[in-house]
Amino acid sequence: MADENCIPINSEVDIVTARQKGREMAAKLGFSSTELTLIATAISEIARNIVEYAREGEISLSIGQQGDKRGIVVIGCDNGPGIPNIKLAMQDGYSTGKSLGLGLPGAKRLMDEFEIVSEVGKGTKVTMKKWVQNHAR
Amino acid sequence: MLVPILKQGDYLIASVQSELSDADLLKLRDDLVSRVGEFRSRGVIVDVTILDVMDSFATRTLRSMAHMIMLRGAKTVIVGIQPEVAFSMVQLGLKLENVATALDLEEGMALLDRQTKGDTRRG
Repeated sequence: MADENCIPINSEVDIVTARQKGREMAAKLGFSSTELTLIATAISEIARNIVEYAREGEISLSIGQQGDKRGIVVIGCDNGPGIPNIKLAMQDGYSTGKSLGLGLPGAKRLMDEFEIVSEVGKGTKVTMKKWVQNHAR
Repeated sequence: MLVPILKQGDYLIASVQSELSDADLLKLRDDLVSRVGEFRSRGVIVDVTILDVMDSFATRTLRSMAHMIMLRGAKTVIVGIQPEVAFSMVQLGLKLENVATALDLEEGMALLDRQTKGDTRRG
């Protein structure tokens, strides 16, 4: 499976596309229905962050392998204003926009791995992974 | 995609038919808030059975919608939140505080009946 899927995020409509594509790919990997919802929701949150703060960017979906673990890798990146204080942005309830401030910390809770790199004036890159649990194989 | 809004007696029923974009959700909110006055409705049911994702934006919009409808003098019940969606909302830390929820349409109607028609039974 050479599935790699890149979804441009230019408007709020693309948020729905990104999470549907993510769900489809995760379903092929054998995630449970609850996990599919968690993955789709996490994608929705980071895609919304792109629309809200950077206006445009992209979400790329791919299959990850680490040892005997297989899973989905979601990368959201943009060339937006960047996040000056990542520690603060990862706090529940912190928001500079009009959201609840649960997007980034929430997405982190929904996934197994979460990494965020951001540079002010350059952009932000969020990498999230979720591994298929053994019982689901 | 637009959400059809049906009038059933004193209530309005909005049954979500497909995944909603942010704009669709805001339109639904605005439509319901104005229709409550147009039809002099006492209650509103929003059926979200079809939704497989309720993220922070959807939750916040439903919550503000219920609050606006309350300010217009009607009650709102959200029905049909799927188990996976409930699980993910809790993980995400999302709350539908002060918004009534019910299992399905039938339970939602029963809840509205109790809340809006309770007073008339006394007289």
